[in-house]
Amino acid sequence: MLNRTADSVARATPEPLARRVRGISDKGLAWLFISPTILLLLAINIFPLFWAIYLSFTNYRANRPNEVVKNLGLSNYKRILGDQDIWIAMQTTAHFVFWTILLQTLIGFTLAWLIDRKFRGHAFWTTIILVPMMLSPAVVGNFWRFLYEPQIGLFAYAISFVSGIPPTDIQMLSNVSLAPWSIIIVDTWMWTPYVMLICLAGLRSIPEYIYEAAEVDRASNWRQFWSITLPMALPFIMLAVLFRGIENFKMFDMVNLLTGGGPGSTTEVASITLKRQAFESWRTGYSSAFAIILFVAVFGLANIYVKALNKVKQR
Amino acid sequence: MSLTTAHSVVAPSANAKLIAGTIIVAYALISIVPLLWIFATSFKTPPDSIAYPPKVVFQLSIEGYCNLFTTRTRQTPEYINSLGPATGFCDETVRKRNMVIAGPSNFLPRFVNSLIIAFGSTFCAVFLGTLSAYGFSRFKVPLADDLLFFILSTRMMPPIAVAIPIYLMYRELGLSDTALGMILLYTAVNVSLAVWLLKGFIDEIPREYEEAAMIDGYTRLQAFWRTVLPQATTGIAATAIFCLIFAWNEYAFAALLTSGTAQTAPPFIPTIIGEGGQDWPAVAAGTTIFLVPILVFTILLRKQLLRGITFGAVRK
Amino acid sequence: MKSTLKLTLGLASAMLASTAVSNVAHAEDLTLCWAAWDPANALVELSKDFTKESGIGMKFEFVPWTNYADRFLNELNSKGKLCDLIIGDSQWIGGAAENGHYVKLNDFFDKEKISMDDFVPATVVGYSEWPKNSPNYWALPAMGDVVGWTYRKDWFSKPELQKEFKEKYGWDLAAPTTFDQLKQIAEFFQKREIDGKTVYGASIYTERGSEGITMGAMDVLYSFGFKYENPEKPYEMDGFVNSEKSVKGLEFYKALYDCCTPPGASNSYMGEGVDAFKSGQVAMHMNFAFTWPGLQKDENVGGDKIGYFANPKGPDGDQFAQLGGQGISVVSYSDKQESALKYIKWFANKDVQAKWWSLGGFSCLNAVVKDPNFPASQPYAQTFLDSMAIVKDFWAEPSYAPLLQASQKRFHDYVVAGQGSAKDALDGLVKDWTQVFQDDGKM
Repeated sequence: MLNRTADSVARATPEPLARRVRGISDKGLAWLFISPTILLLLAINIFPLFWAIYLSFTNYRANRPNEVVKNLGLSNYKRILGDQDIWIAMQTTAHFVFWTILLQTLIGFTLAWLIDRKFRGHAFWTTIILVPMMLSPAVVGNFWRFLYEPQIGLFAYAISFVSGIPPTDIQMLSNVSLAPWSIIIVDTWMWTPYVMLICLAGLRSIPEYIYEAAEVDRASNWRQFWSITLPMALPFIMLAVLFRGIENFKMFDMVNLLTGGGPGSTTEVASITLKRQAFESWRTGYSSAFAIILFVAVFGLANIYVKALNKVKQR
Repeated sequence: MSLTTAHSVVAPSANAKLIAGTIIVAYALISIVPLLWIFATSFKTPPDSIAYPPKVVFQLSIEGYCNLFTTRTRQTPEYINSLGPATGFCDETVRKRNMVIAGPSNFLPRFVNSLIIAFGSTFCAVFLGTLSAYGFSRFKVPLADDLLFFILSTRMMPPIAVAIPIYLMYRELGLSDTALGMILLYTAVNVSLAVWLLKGFIDEIPREYEEAAMIDGYTRLQAFWRTVLPQATTGIAATAIFCLIFAWNEYAFAALLTSGTAQTAPPFIPTIIGEGGQDWPAVAAGTTIFLVPILVFTILLRKQLLRGITFGAVRK
Repeated sequence: MKSTLKLTLGLASAMLASTAVSNVAHAEDLTLCWAAWDPANALVELSKDFTKESGIGMKFEFVPWTNYADRFLNELNSKGKLCDLIIGDSQWIGGAAENGHYVKLNDFFDKEKISMDDFVPATVVGYSEWPKNSPNYWALPAMGDVVGWTYRKDWFSKPELQKEFKEKYGWDLAAPTTFDQLKQIAEFFQKREIDGKTVYGASIYTERGSEGITMGAMDVLYSFGFKYENPEKPYEMDGFVNSEKSVKGLEFYKALYDCCTPPGASNSYMGEGVDAFKSGQVAMHMNFAFTWPGLQKDENVGGDKIGYFANPKGPDGDQFAQLGGQGISVVSYSDKQESALKYIKWFANKDVQAKWWSLGGFSCLNAVVKDPNFPASQPYAQTFLDSMAIVKDFWAEPSYAPLLQASQKRFHDYVVAGQGSAKDALDGLVKDWTQVFQDDGKM
């Protein structure tokens, strides 16, 4: 992560000093301080994870506690990877992640760049822009259903006011081709400020003297943007993309309340499929296998990405 | 990006500022409209809320708030007249719609659950997080990098995936639908954020202070208590608010692992319905009450925001 | 920041303290779980009498239909103690009985001399028995319900519309008796201007998340000749679920959705249906009978303006309707089963059942519905009786949830999202259902 070079320096505890201390030894204290956290995480994160791995090889169903649990080997995994509906859900997720990240990065960076012009009152307006991302995606997502209603909804009304299309034809949640965009719009509305904030930090981390040197060299503003601003802000942009990517890959609450995966299965992202299998059909073993696959996918993609990020930073 | 031509380093030109300012203000205003609409809808009558075209000017009413806190049943005028006089403002309002108040709604208990679970888990996460962060910051911990990464990675799991085994585990332990179960779970999720953030804050506190204290005869524990903690207060407060916001807003776990006794407000608010579908003024009223604390925190927090939402990876 | 933190904590603790006082529940209170809908609110009103008589307080946990199965099956599966009494949906009975969620009521019925012969037979089979048609009772029929239709009598009786309709279709505009007629009426009203407002033909079930579109499509499919399985050979579905007649039925449902529903009605179930009808948007409205008392009392569309009709006949003259409704059960994880049984005993009482009907509930007690005054007691009473005589229900198997999910997906993908053909959807459904029964070891 960024700005963490100081860590290695800080970690060297001065030995002679430590030895003189009375009471608990430093080592003891260290473990005393750290172990409760580790224990909690072992109990609530790691143990359940291993349990889920075990379940993923069985036909266990949580609503049939009395049934004999059979070991199925890899057949759950085979079934998932061969299931067309699962692949469609993965594609839907990919579509959602791709467009939200693209839009949020473009708009977020532009906003950050504009705010960095430091016009009067920029601090106040920045705070206003930040508000949507602090709210509960579930509670606010639910309200967007109202805004999207044809006729009575404000969104449809505003769009028809601008475009002249009758508001009854703007069926954001019912139209098969519009529904995927309805969730992209809400996500972009909520999380663009997030990307903006990180980009802003990136822009502000660029030392003034680099621009001053460029001015001396008579580099055009355009050139300055492409050869100084963008490359130097890139690690920050990539970090924002990483965080948003992970979050949207596991997106559940907003989509669940807004479209519930519909119409048909057009907005059924992976988490919705998983929830249906796990908590409605109660195919616990099967859905555990799906959960593991998702986890491995996020983890793998994130790791590859972090490697790329580190390369960019080293340049 | 054509605006780049107006870009000047040392001081952007007045024109550039004006254009930038206009765009930002316009964006801010548009992005705040849905929230204003929630607020406005909470003060509309049900017919006004679903009027076409949407009403910007409307009769102020607190019916939405009445409906939020009560359950009502539609009855004949004869039955209503047989009940005796209305007992309060809300009673009077609903009787005008041929309804009687059957009893209180579950909104208040759910809101209280939200408070208990969010504050409880925040306290635990910050407490554990502070200790661990200090441990990682000041001592040589074997495999420290791996442990830290492990702590962070716990937040990468899709919540539904985590919920499957937790559901089974809680069922065996009797923790399903209990505040304790939710506090433990949110603590576990939040502690990763707390450790990362607080480690950053504690790293910034010069260790010379503690060393000086220890030379004066304090033990390490006393030194931690007397010198490190007071200096980390800002960091701890910021971390606490971030943990609080997560726990306050969380939906997936709450929807799957609680059903009533310990259910929080986020899964409850979308289930507020009237006689037909959602009772939008009541939903808006519940949403408004639910959002106000977070709005206040956002404004208080704006300086620490960046650090919190990026796990301390970016600092201003 | 320090002071703000203190302030926040102080504020929070003050709020906790103030609400904790009001939130103390009596240990003896019973919690009853049901769906959030009109009858539930009427039950709250009714239950005040129980509290008066017994001194036992009642608390209620109501969840909207779209979350109802999800939430309470989750609660039962987690062995939760939230609900002492539950009014669970008819399809849950198999799973709830086999997995021990409900207390078996046979002994209690014998002891209290409650006889299932006193209740409408279809409701006893539908809401209480598992296995079906065996004297094993897990619930007391609490709320009879069935899918039927309401229509705008005032619009149907407008002379100018009657004249125009007759010219166009050759028969008198009236409540339809066949699905063909229903569709003609719906087409006739679609996008028509009435009293200065654009109105639409019909509101039908299209909800995706829980059970909506299945209930609606099945309600039509039954009368077209759909069968769940070979009557001779259980679980043989090929040629019955996806028979030619079923395909016709599903195509009809899609045609109805495409031509005659209000804009944006792609995810509508009971609540949205009520809203559409109450706001004067639609001429006809498919919904469970529970919505009728509320609509009858509505200031804008109730009274003389509303009429009711039972599900119409299919092309071959078959006439069925989707069963709704629930029985009331005691949850086996509850610590207060004795008080809960007291409630059921009280609820089974004839006078209580009569008041239940008058407050807007649908009693299943013969003494109430077979009363000679019953058909005239409410404008919808006769339609309710007619509809209850033709009911069919979805699978009540322990695996009902995956069966339902398959049909939700197949129907919604075809009817609303317009993917594939009706034949594809039903063939796919046979495949999905076969898989479920194979996983269960029943095939």
